[in-house]
Amino acid sequence: MTEAATTLQPRTWHRFTAGQRLARFAIHLAIVAAIVASLRSVEVIPEFIADAPQQMRDLLQRMWPPDWQYYPKGVHEALMETLHIASLGTLLAIIMAVPLGIMAARNVTQNSFANLFARLMLVSSRSVNSLVWALLFVGIFGPGPLAGTLAIAFRSVGFVGKLLGEALEETPRGMIEALEATGARHGAVLQYGYWPQVMPAFWSIALFRWDISVRESAVLGLVGAGGIGMALDSAMNLFQWQRVAIILLAIFAVVIITEFVVTAVRKRIL
Amino acid sequence: MTAAQQVTVGATAALSVRGLHKEYVPGQPVFRGIDLDIAGAGLTAIIGSSGAGKSTLIRCINRLVAPTSGQILFEGVDLAKARGKPLREARRRIGMVFQEYNLVERLTVMENLLTGRLGYLSAFTAWRRKFPAADIERAYGLLETVGLTDFANTRADALSGGQRQRVGIARALMQQPHLILADEPTSSLDPKTAVEIMQLLAEQGQAAGIPVLVNMHDVLLARRFAQRVIGMARGGIVFDGSAEALTDDMLKTIYGGEQWLH
Amino acid sequence: MAALSSGPAPFSLSRGAKISFALLAVYFLWAAAQLEFTAERFIVGLDNGARFLDRMFPPAIHDWDSLTRGLTESLQIAVLASILGILLALPIGLASARNLMPTWASWPARTIIALCRSFHPVIVAILFVKAVGFGALAGILALTVASVGFVGKLFAEAIEEISAKQVEAVRATGASFASIVIFGVLPQVFSRFVGFATYQLDSNLRNSTMVGIVGAGGIGGTLFSAFQRFDYDFVCAILIAIIAIIMIGELLANQVRAIFIDNLSFGELLRRRFSGFRGLTTERAAND
Repeated sequence: MTEAATTLQPRTWHRFTAGQRLARFAIHLAIVAAIVASLRSVEVIPEFIADAPQQMRDLLQRMWPPDWQYYPKGVHEALMETLHIASLGTLLAIIMAVPLGIMAARNVTQNSFANLFARLMLVSSRSVNSLVWALLFVGIFGPGPLAGTLAIAFRSVGFVGKLLGEALEETPRGMIEALEATGARHGAVLQYGYWPQVMPAFWSIALFRWDISVRESAVLGLVGAGGIGMALDSAMNLFQWQRVAIILLAIFAVVIITEFVVTAVRKRIL
Repeated sequence: MTAAQQVTVGATAALSVRGLHKEYVPGQPVFRGIDLDIAGAGLTAIIGSSGAGKSTLIRCINRLVAPTSGQILFEGVDLAKARGKPLREARRRIGMVFQEYNLVERLTVMENLLTGRLGYLSAFTAWRRKFPAADIERAYGLLETVGLTDFANTRADALSGGQRQRVGIARALMQQPHLILADEPTSSLDPKTAVEIMQLLAEQGQAAGIPVLVNMHDVLLARRFAQRVIGMARGGIVFDGSAEALTDDMLKTIYGGEQWLH
Repeated sequence: MAALSSGPAPFSLSRGAKISFALLAVYFLWAAAQLEFTAERFIVGLDNGARFLDRMFPPAIHDWDSLTRGLTESLQIAVLASILGILLALPIGLASARNLMPTWASWPARTIIALCRSFHPVIVAILFVKAVGFGALAGILALTVASVGFVGKLFAEAIEEISAKQVEAVRATGASFASIVIFGVLPQVFSRFVGFATYQLDSNLRNSTMVGIVGAGGIGGTLFSAFQRFDYDFVCAILIAIIAIIMIGELLANQVRAIFIDNLSFGELLRRRFSGFRGLTTERAAND
């Protein structure tokens, strides 16, 4: 067959159109610019980087062996307290998140002001770290698990509320319309139309958030909000590295157990 | 420029299978003692009931499945034992068409075609998508041949089954193969499209002058398009001859039972 | 006509569910008692809280310099930790995909990822502070570890869910392993990967505001010292700044997702932006 005629332009192919290429290039450029800008101005002392592996090894050596004896008197109660903080905090968060999630879902609540307000609340809740929330509540209620529980609650509302809102927005229209056509009250539509649809997602979100809350509760004590974090804080301040080790191990164990529990419950109910 | 090549497969067989044996569970072979020679342009159909080992055999030829023992000689390389570079170089000379098209769904038709050239390019060139101009030309040419010029930049998962299989065939042809394997290429298609696809396969094989080896379970299609038919049953080859020689009695031997024949 | 049988009422819960709920309720009450939650404490707290909030408003910026320095440092930490973390997560995540890799590669990779995920970023930050000293480096390293854990795990899961058929076809063309990954695996997981990566960038931005509390750099340090000095109105200003930055981060992440997942062109992006702002943040990546 004929070779490609030299007078004909060879056909070309590009993966992306010019417009797409421009957009992608812009992103790549922005990323590189951000990296360069950050690297240039971040204050990092080179000697510290060189020293780091040695320091880490030193630290790990000092943490071994973990102080097993310390567990019963120093760790166990605090660990349980951490669990309670996480659980109660998540419960409170769910209670607050349900109305906010309903308000934020544009198909359930047709009022744009309510949507906006709810979204603003949820975003703010998520933007403030649980540790920072803990700081605030320690200032208000004083140190202790109350501050910790409220911190977990207020941080989790955003997470649960946002995902709940999204789950609500994704419910298929047809079922809701059928209910509304029967003249059902708004509350009934919620209970019998939306709730069965979002129920699996709801439990999944709740479990997921509880899992994360357990991890977060462990550190709240660092700012005085109760739980194992306080034991960790004092052990570190006193340079009792072997106690630090046992505390870290305890936290690790609780996190693993929590994951198991969550996976098991998930399998059973979903 | 279309995909027509003047590749002459000489008197020596392009593909020679000797004593091929495959078992997944020890003691329960899928097939054994398979001897086969494929040479010259033309379509060879392998027929047999499900589980007779047709698909496994085809997949052993380009080593997607590893045979338990035996020899698969292709252009001087024993594919049963080859590894690494020699295996890849042999594979790029064998084009394969799959029952479920196996296109990369998220890529466009054009990109799927160009994956046919991956055996000839370095990973770096491929990553940067800097395909040689000749490859691009060939791709456009093949798109014309299979009648999908308008779909060059459509995503593969937006196509119908028949269209996807055309892309699959075009992808195989992009490799400039010396042999085409097809594993039940029409089983997922409606009867009319199935005929069109078999037609395309047969024509393109002839145009390129290369053998086409097709697994199929539709005997009518086999009779219509294949010059040679191989029947497999109970782990072995029980028939190897022209499509004309395929009598009803022979079919009974291959598939067993009579009800389905009439 | 046959009488209607009286089966269980349609919307009632199963016995198992009822028992579980009852147990949960008991647990919650017990836990609250353990923590000594009394109405009294709460009311005292509310009073305290009112005074506290009073001191927070109106927000006032006492020290522009430390505020901007803190925020910049947090941004730097977030950017560098995300880039480093994502870059590391790619090969580690790929290595831990059991459908692609032999056990000797996947097992160590999975262990690395599990370790990275196990500890809260703050704890990791504390350890790095002890190891490399106060400052941004500890924060960057800590958040890199967190990123590798999160992105690596999700990336591996995405890879393990791909269709083997598409990969098989690319293998059959004689492509090298790298080419198979690029053309067979990555197209199937890329959009999800962009989703994780932007989520992690967002998450790092949030966490970078907090690691400063333990000395690992960023606005957290400024916040903590303002708190300890009882400058609650400054605290409020800092919080508002943090929330603002995070919201901007979310918006930017949406744009990045739009460009890489939806493959939007520049023109389409501009059109989208000006055709209305539905809700403050719609963080949903368009389904592919």
